Amino acid sequence: MAYGRKVMEHFARPRNVGEMKDADGVGRQGNTVDGDEVVVYIKVKDDSITDISFQVFGCAAAIASSSMFTEMVKGKTLQEAIRISKEDVSEALQGLPPGKVECSVIAPDAFRAAVNDYLGRKGRGFISGDEVPPLRK
Amino acid sequence: MDSVYFDNSATTRMDKRVIDCMLPFFDTKFGNASSMHSFGREAYDALEEARGKTAKAIGALPREIVFTSGGTESDNLALQGAAFANRERGNHIITSAIEHHAVLHTCHFLEGQGFRVTYLPVDAGGLVDVESVKKALTKETILVSIMTANNEVGTIQPIREIGALVAETGALFHTDAVQTVTKLPMDVEKNNVQLLAISAHKFHGPKGVGALYVRKGVKLRPVVYGGGQEKGLRSSTENVPGIIGLAKAMELGMEEMGESVERMTGIRERIIDGTLSSIGGCHLNGHRERRLCNNAHFRFDMVEGEALVLSLDMKGFATSTGSACSTRSTETSHVLKALGVRPEDSRGSLRISLSKFNSMEEADRFLEVIPEVIGRLRSLVPSSARASKGGG
Repeated sequence: MAYGRKVMEHFARPRNVGEMKDADGVGRQGNTVDGDEVVVYIKVKDDSITDISFQVFGCAAAIASSSMFTEMVKGKTLQEAIRISKEDVSEALQGLPPGKVECSVIAPDAFRAAVNDYLGRKGRGFISGDEVPPLRK
Repeated sequence: MDSVYFDNSATTRMDKRVIDCMLPFFDTKFGNASSMHSFGREAYDALEEARGKTAKAIGALPREIVFTSGGTESDNLALQGAAFANRERGNHIITSAIEHHAVLHTCHFLEGQGFRVTYLPVDAGGLVDVESVKKALTKETILVSIMTANNEVGTIQPIREIGALVAETGALFHTDAVQTVTKLPMDVEKNNVQLLAISAHKFHGPKGVGALYVRKGVKLRPVVYGGGQEKGLRSSTENVPGIIGLAKAMELGMEEMGESVERMTGIRERIIDGTLSSIGGCHLNGHRERRLCNNAHFRFDMVEGEALVLSLDMKGFATSTGSACSTRSTETSHVLKALGVRPEDSRGSLRISLSKFNSMEEADRFLEVIPEVIGRLRSLVPSSARASKGGG
């Protein structure tokens, strides 16, 4: 089971790593007992992601895909960002070994939880299907 | 700087002297050992000389050596062969929970064929309790198979005691000695071993060749049928170059064992002590004393094994891990599970396995790199998970 160049690059130097103390939303996915765990922190302004960071316990695919996902999400609107799928992340990494997409690309799920956390804090409800509740000006 | 190879329980680099003595058998001495002509006789003579050397290294007779394609085939021939040949005497087999898959999966197959198998537990250090063997033996027991030393955590089993115990019964005793040949002395007589599996590439010989010691008088049913080579126990044209290589590697390994074991033990101790003292949340798996000279096996809290092996590889160290995350759930090593390591604690396991080609300087380079590698991986871990584990 070999990883491609892009995966190894993100594994060796993951982007946007770390805890964000003043995050507007925090989301978690997975556990460290028998799987991978990712925590995503977001800063939001005008329904756009102005900053994002993550922490991860997991294999190289979990680390690299979380790093790649945060790069893909930065600057996007919440609506655009929640539509980025695991497959999109895998594609951006030029592919992952079989089985790795389901078990290790969990940053999109953690991110979704972070967005819900943010929306909840603002009293706007939660993501429904693939729709973020509209921003009331 | 050259990469450091610390994965010698997976396979080893061939010894140049072994390669040199194999080469003529690909080229000018290419004969089939079964042929009547001079080419055949030349190959036959070399084959029999190799058989003699191999036998001598373990205190056996030349005719007690059957050459195979490797450790896995040797284990299969021993287990399947003994089970089916002794079916009328009984249907019970005893083995341990930490055997190599070549033994365990063959036992699972035999269970499907109507045999009953007892998988003995091991203690936290990986040792089989001799008393548990005694308790498991019944009148129905036809075979006991306990490895000489474990391939993952390196624990050396009390083979002599188990052999003596089994010898009092009518059962056969098989030992998978794949990890110990040239690292521990082996005398099949003194250990009361009737079957013993060997693999050449674990001791600087070629891949694709192994041997099974079969004590005279022991009946086996073949697994492979055909031209009747190896006294009918293993049909197939003999892999003469491979067998020459196996014998040479075994001869050299046995001659140089004292020196290379001392060297590996010293490097192993440096690695174990250095790693345990410089890294928090780090534990040694396996037995502290009854341990193969070339094995150091750790687990690190809050580190994932695959990421660890890849990180070390980027730093130029080839190692291995017991946990392989392949699908949704992580597959925990059956060995660590049997040692009582919880799944969440076995995630960050690391096996360092040495050979005579490793140096103390490489161990020191490893000790310089490992704290940084572990530190980096832990720095990525969610703060909450880190706090609950206290891995630091």
